[in-house]
This record gives sequence, C-alpha cells and structure tokens, in this order.
Amino acid sequence: MEPIAIVSIFVLAVFVGFEVVSKVSSTLHTPLMSGANAIHGVILVGAIIVADHSSTDLELGLSVAAIILATINMVGGFVVTDRMLEMFKGNKK
Amino acid sequence: MSRTVYDLIGLAAGVAFILALKGLSHPKTARRGNLIGAFGAALATLVVFFYANPGSSLPLNNLGWILGAMLIGLVIGVPAARKVQMTQMPQLVALFNGVGGGAAALVAIVEYLHLGTEATTADVIFTVFTVIVGCVSFSGSIITFLKLQELMTTRPVIFPAGRFIIAATLASVIVVGGWVVTALGTTPLLVLAGLSLLFGVLFVLPVGGADVPIVISLLNAFTGLTVAASGYVLDSVLLIIAGTLVGASGTILTRLMAEAMGRSLFGTLFGAFTAKPQEASGSGEERPVRSGSPDDVAILLNYARRVVIVPGFGLAVAQAQHTVRELADMMIAKGIDVAYGIHPVAGRMPGHMNVLLAEANVPYEQLAEMDEVNPTFGQTDVAIVIGANDVVNPAAQTSPGCPIYGMPILEVNQAANIIFLKRSMRPGFAGIENELLYDPKTMLLFGDAKSSLTKVVSALKAL
Repeated sequence: MEPIAIVSIFVLAVFVGFEVVSKVSSTLHTPLMSGANAIHGVILVGAIIVADHSSTDLELGLSVAAIILATINMVGGFVVTDRMLEMFKGNKK
Repeated sequence: MSRTVYDLIGLAAGVAFILALKGLSHPKTARRGNLIGAFGAALATLVVFFYANPGSSLPLNNLGWILGAMLIGLVIGVPAARKVQMTQMPQLVALFNGVGGGAAALVAIVEYLHLGTEATTADVIFTVFTVIVGCVSFSGSIITFLKLQELMTTRPVIFPAGRFIIAATLASVIVVGGWVVTALGTTPLLVLAGLSLLFGVLFVLPVGGADVPIVISLLNAFTGLTVAASGYVLDSVLLIIAGTLVGASGTILTRLMAEAMGRSLFGTLFGAFTAKPQEASGSGEERPVRSGSPDDVAILLNYARRVVIVPGFGLAVAQAQHTVRELADMMIAKGIDVAYGIHPVAGRMPGHMNVLLAEANVPYEQLAEMDEVNPTFGQTDVAIVIGANDVVNPAAQTSPGCPIYGMPILEVNQAANIIFLKRSMRPGFAGIENELLYDPKTMLLFGDAKSSLTKVVSALKAL
C-alpha cells in the first residue's frame, strides 16, 4: 500500500479515537478500558495470517502461541466487559 | 474472495470498532457498543479464513494448528472472564491486555523471521517498534497483575540507583533496536525482546498501588499502537485502524483517569525518578484510637438524620454489599436520609465500585458521585467508611509530598461523626497512615466488614 495512504488512515484514526471517548463519565472508565482492550485482541487476525505462511517449526510454534494469547485477549475481553455492563443495566429498572 | 471484498469487510469491522467505542462512552448504549465490537472482531476473524494471502492458497496452511490454538485460547479465556469475581476484575483486564501485547510482539517476530532478507527498512523499523512496545506491555501488565492480586507489595518498589538502571535499560533497548535495523539478524531481535521485557518490569515496579489503573490504561494504549504497527508490516488496513483507535482512545482515557484521580500523568509515570522512600510516620509508636461496639454504632445511627456510606474495596472483599444494602434500607425505613458517597476511584479502578454496588442491586439514585456528596458532609450526622481508607485520607489535602497529595477525596472529616469499619489498623492500598483514624470524632469498629455490619443491623433492629 502507498505510504501516504497508510499515514492518512493513521492520522484520521487518531482523531476519531480522540473524538469518540472525549466525554465519558468516570463510572464508565473501567468498562471502556476493558472494551478497548478487547478490540486490540483483533491482533488475532495478524496471528492467523503469520501462522498461514509459517514455513519453519519455530515460526509455526511462535504463531500458535500468538494465536492462543490473542484469542484469550479478544474473547475474554469482550466477555468480561459484557459482564460488567450487564450489572449497570440491572440497576436502571 | 478478492482483495477488494476482503478489504471492504475489514473496513466494516473497523467501523464496528468505532461504533463500539462510541457506544461504550454512554451508560445507555454501553452494552450494545460492546456487542457491536465483538461482532466486528468476530467478522474480521472469520473473513481471514476465506482470503488467501499472496503466495498462499485456500484453505489456509496449518489450518489444524490455527483452529486448535484458537480452541485453547477459548478454553482459557472464556471461563476466566465468566468466573472471575468482580473484585478481581481489574487484574484480569490487566492480564488480557498483557497477553494481547505479547501476541503482537510474537506476530512481529514471526513476520520478521519469515521475511528474512526481503524485509524493507520500514518493515524492520515497525517490527522493532512492535517487539519493544509489545514486550513492555506484556511484562508491565504482569507486574500490575501481581500488584493488584497482592502477590507482591503494592507500595512503589524503589531500589538504589533505580533511575540510572531504568535509564540505562531504556538506552540499551534503543541501541539494540538500532542494531536490529542495521545488522538484521535473529539474535539481535531476541536480545531486543529480552531487554524490552526487563524494561517493562522496571518501568512498572516503582508505580504505587493507587496509580496502577492509570498504568494499565497506558499499557492498553501501547498495545493498540503495536497492533497498528503490525498492521503496516502485514499490509492489513483493519489492524491499522483498530490498533490506532485503541491507541488514541486509550491515551485520552489514561489522561481522563489521571485527572479523575487528581494526578499528573507525568508524575505518575516518572514519580519513581524523584520519589524518596517514605518515612513511615508514627510507626512503632502506639497512638490511642477510639473503638466502639456494634451497639454504639447502632445508637449513633438511630439518632442521625443524615448518613453517608462510603464504601471501599474492603467492603467488596468481605462481600458485604448485600448487608450494607440491608442496613441502608433499614435506616431509610426509620426516616433517615441515606446516600452512598462514591469516590471515582473507589475500589481498584475508576467506576469499579459502581459495578460492585450494582451487583448488589443498590438503587442507582442512592449513589452520589464525589462532587455531589462533598458539599453535604457539613450537614451529615454520621459518615460510615466501610473498608475504604485512601479516598478519605485528609493527607491528600494537607501534606504535600505524600504519594496521594492532590488526589480529590471524600471530605468525611466535615461530618459530625465518623465511623470506620476496618479489619485492622493496616494502612490502605497506597500505604499511607490516615490521621482521621485518630480524630476524636472517629469511632472504629474492628472486624470483617460483613460480620460487623450484620451485628450493627441486629443491634439497630433491637432498638
């Protein structure tokens, strides 16, 4: 990909990231951190890509470790965030 | 599947992540936001199985290994997330963040080995960045986990010449990074990973217990940036978008948290460079405190008109949320005005206490945030502090130089009477003596929060 396209995507994503969380009450800091944490678990996609083209045992072993860690990050992150938010919902009735 | 379709689906997942963060910023949409994020992540993961990268074919090579590894991750991650006690949730988030950073570093290392001499200088620079930051995030998160789990001391760990050791480690990380870029070899990269892991440990050790959440949030933003850098090397727009979003929003969130705690971000991170080991004030000398019985507490409450309950982490540890609600309901039935004063960082993380009380079905209207409740302490007859310490410590306002100085506190010292429910005279998480315990208008009720409260409830019933 063209470097300029990558830089553009990066800069725009920085501003979007700043913008979406600029006003958030302290009550939601923990779930928001946890949710953002789950989102970077998408490194799983990267781990699968490198596992696909691993050609040596070392590469494959490291990719498998990366997939395990990334899956824990992604799935665990979304599940624990949902558990936290479920409780917020309960007290609004 | 063509590259265009693949990229379009990746873009859809990126949009889902933006909507997820947006949703998570508002109480009403938070849960839906999280589900949208999970949907985006699932979509992104699914689609990668149907697109062959240049030079490979479908189905993916090593498919069995990939699916097996994902299964192992699921078997570990899901039960951990479902079974964890809400009190231990912050350290679990720290751990999840750490493994994410570790995964990013591993991905970068594998890609580096794979590219070999074909790697461009830009690829190598991004790889070096990912390995450094991913390893720092991994080992740093492990230390925050150990601190929060109280498997190691929660006090800042300051060792002789610490600042020189930290600076030297950082300098060697940078030098070895340069070595990797110029020499291109597996050995320099592994040395780099080792040094970065060491730096992560040294970086987090001097941080005091109360500041740990800020560090977790910062490491979370770091991991986001490593994901973006891997996205560059792997030519994946989705990873660039998702990683950058987390990096940027995580940075803002870190600043917001630091503000809520009245800490400067700089002071938190580099406090270790200036902090001197604290002199243990008043240690060794026995000072008189006024301790009372559950009956004394019940009488005090019975004749009060306004009571503010200040819950802390000790309440959560004792699982006393339900008993405290019972006590509050009883006082309300007697016509007493009851409110819960919630400090923004009560518990172990911002908003943690709200989660814990919500679990016990405490009505939302009774939870008052610090800015609401502080002006009312002057008209409050009794403030009950349950398993909290640092968040009511007047030292934060009166003694410059103490680790929590400048942190906004709940001003319970303005109330006519203060009751502390404590297990012992042990200082709070930040490890600082609380003068309020020796105040003449303070009464201490020692014991486990739950059994103490149960006794107070039955004493109040008997009146």
